[in-house]
Amino acid sequence: MVSDETLALAASEGDREAFSQLLSRVYDRVFALAFRLTGSRAEAEDLTQDICAALPAKLRGFDARARLTTWLYRVVVNAAHDRRRRAASHARAAVGWGDVELARRAEADETRDQLGWLAEAMLDLPEDLRETLVLVLEPLTHAEVAEIQGISEGTVSWRMSEIRKRLKARSEAER
Amino acid sequence: MSDELDKLAKALRAATPTPDAGHKAANIAAAKKIFADAQGYHDSARHTLERPKRSVFQRGLTAMLNTLSPRAALGATTAIALIGVVMILPTLDRDVLTVGPRSVQEVPKTVSDMDAPVEEALIASDVDTAVTRPQVFFNGARDGAASAPPAPMAEPTIDMADAPIGGLLSMEAPTPRSYSTGLARTKQGVNDMYVRPAPDPVTSVPEGDTEAFPEAETNPLKVTAQSPVSTFSIDVDTAGWSVLRNMLENGQLPQKDTVRIEEMVNYFPYDYAGPDAGPDSGAAFRAGVMVAETPWNAGTRLVHIGIQGALPEVDERPALNLVFLVDVSGSMNHPNKLPLLKQSLRLMLGELRPEDKVAIVTYAGSAGVALEPTKAAERETILAALEGLGAGGGTAGAQGIETAYAMAEKMQGEGEINRVLLATDGDFNIGIHDPDALRDFIEVKRDSGTYLSVLGFGRGNLDDTTMQTLAQNGNGQAAYIDTLSEAQKVLVDQLTGALFPIADDVKIQVEFNPAQIAEYRLIGYETRALRREDFNNDKVDAGDIGAGHQVTAIYEVTPVGSDARLTDPLRYGAEPAANDSDELGLLRLRYKAPGEDSSRLIETPIVAGGSQRPICGSPLPLPVSGNCCAAVRIWATGALATPSHWPMGPKVRMTLAIGPKRCG
Repeated sequence: MVSDETLALAASEGDREAFSQLLSRVYDRVFALAFRLTGSRAEAEDLTQDICAALPAKLRGFDARARLTTWLYRVVVNAAHDRRRRAASHARAAVGWGDVELARRAEADETRDQLGWLAEAMLDLPEDLRETLVLVLEPLTHAEVAEIQGISEGTVSWRMSEIRKRLKARSEAER
Repeated sequence: MSDELDKLAKALRAATPTPDAGHKAANIAAAKKIFADAQGYHDSARHTLERPKRSVFQRGLTAMLNTLSPRAALGATTAIALIGVVMILPTLDRDVLTVGPRSVQEVPKTVSDMDAPVEEALIASDVDTAVTRPQVFFNGARDGAASAPPAPMAEPTIDMADAPIGGLLSMEAPTPRSYSTGLARTKQGVNDMYVRPAPDPVTSVPEGDTEAFPEAETNPLKVTAQSPVSTFSIDVDTAGWSVLRNMLENGQLPQKDTVRIEEMVNYFPYDYAGPDAGPDSGAAFRAGVMVAETPWNAGTRLVHIGIQGALPEVDERPALNLVFLVDVSGSMNHPNKLPLLKQSLRLMLGELRPEDKVAIVTYAGSAGVALEPTKAAERETILAALEGLGAGGGTAGAQGIETAYAMAEKMQGEGEINRVLLATDGDFNIGIHDPDALRDFIEVKRDSGTYLSVLGFGRGNLDDTTMQTLAQNGNGQAAYIDTLSEAQKVLVDQLTGALFPIADDVKIQVEFNPAQIAEYRLIGYETRALRREDFNNDKVDAGDIGAGHQVTAIYEVTPVGSDARLTDPLRYGAEPAANDSDELGLLRLRYKAPGEDSSRLIETPIVAGGSQRPICGSPLPLPVSGNCCAAVRIWATGALATPSHWPMGPKVRMTLAIGPKRCG
């Protein structure tokens, strides 16, 4: 199979077929990450739409040596930042992990409980930690997450241990 | 992995929904269309482009304005003054020269204490200060010989032996970056490789700022064997530099898209020889070509093309009919907008001849005729009408532009020049709302002999893209006026040039000789690219040159066999046909005399060495003659704002931008 990177390079040179293939290939991944970052299906749909529209122009800046996933995830993370900031500037309360929609969607009680727990746990984390968490669980290596978020690897590790601490405290409180 | 984290990972995966199939299909289809359009846009890039379609998302990403802290800004201001003095001093008198390098050496020390952004801002401002000198020089020369074409000035010859060039020019350790052509493997580790623009960092957008600038990718490197021909339209716009300077003066770092190297380079006057100085006597302009070493890369050369428009005797110019179409909407009610505009027009009035005619049309709530066509001799009437202009009123535009053009047509006399000057702060609500319809309207009027220039005022919602598009389609100039001295430059000094075209549709085509040149790149002119076949197509519009205008274009070229080459020769591709010519290439220029339909062709071979003169016989590493050096330094200054686009490393950029080297 042709690698993502080869497709991206061909697309950045103007190959339409390569672009189309690449986008079909990564669409679900982009959407999933968008959802995990925002915690809202509607937000994720909007965000994915924004990214699709911007991708043709962005691809021209794709560096041949980068891994496509790393590059693409950075695009998604940046787009999510941007969207959040815009939402804030329009004084629209950002929906997301705090939204009850999640829990409502789940039918089985157990799932609903689990979703409720997830939403609360996610809400508990500050934004940057949540972002790190989502990326690490993607799964990506700490080095990759560091590159995507523009922080040091040490910070990623620190954030992960902080997240573990908080989750642990939370589960102890539940008991 | 801890239990909790494990649980969370599972829950997160379970919670993630699958994307809506309908949205997915629609999004992919939309993206494909955008992709296809973007390709089309690149294929057919030319100077008449409408503003590229940008999504809200991209706009958010590209807008970038960082404000400097007051302390840093204060430091910068002081240092600018210091450098300004040092940079100007040496130009006054050769005897002072010995002071120059020594004083300047101390400056970086002052600068290095500050934050990097301040340094950059400072450097860029400094060049402005530094280059005001040739401006004064130029005016002086023109005043002194008002009726004569610009005489070639003696090149300032300065002994650079004492200047610490070697040290300052030494390159920093190269960061390996990659550049790729097609899917070809990239060569790593070569000094300062070209790199395509990195994805935009996400940055905050100041609210209420609706400025728009044309977005274009930096020209890519071309391989001569594959595409030996480079075609573009000339550009005499200078708004790029003024906008940049204004941003820096306001303590903002420039946006990436505001930096248009060709407009920066073309802002400043050079001492190119006029057409009467050479064998082309009587031609509309003269094109000089020079090949020089690249200051930051021993393996490449710079091909410097300088075009000097003839300056016909001012007294013999045809009468001018000027219609000012003035935006008097509420937003113009600001000291640097309408009042500055009034002052500017008053300045210009002094330069008009008695038989020239002026009319003023305003637009805002409704289009109104503030001044019926009046001979410039009736100064009092015109001044009174100017004074009467007041900002205020609604937004709904009326038929402003149509009124203005109707007025211009009424004034048209035999052999006279008609021009509409649109003065606005970005409100193009001038009566025709559809941008395409507006463009078509201006084009039709242009063909009937009425040209359009656009003067931009104020900052905040200046629509630079629309300004450019309109002026380019109206065969005019887009200029940005922020101070009275800028008004002086644009309206008074260039009165003849801006208002009196000497050559229309000037196109440049350079064919490089693949036996000599392996790769080349055109610096700037991204929004002015033309298709190769359009060069000979007289129906395709291009930029115009006014009297006395100067146009500069620079190519960076890599000779065959140079180790600075970025692409590998093809293993299976055809070898470039060997030829015995030692020419680097051929410069072709096409232009139409004003009013003519068919173009004329000028051909000049590009020869290594060209008209280059050695500097004081000194074997310094910078055999760049004054004009080329000055242009390169302005390029380097622009590169400070968009470092990732350019081949020179940070130290070289800094050195070129403020270094003690003189352009000799």
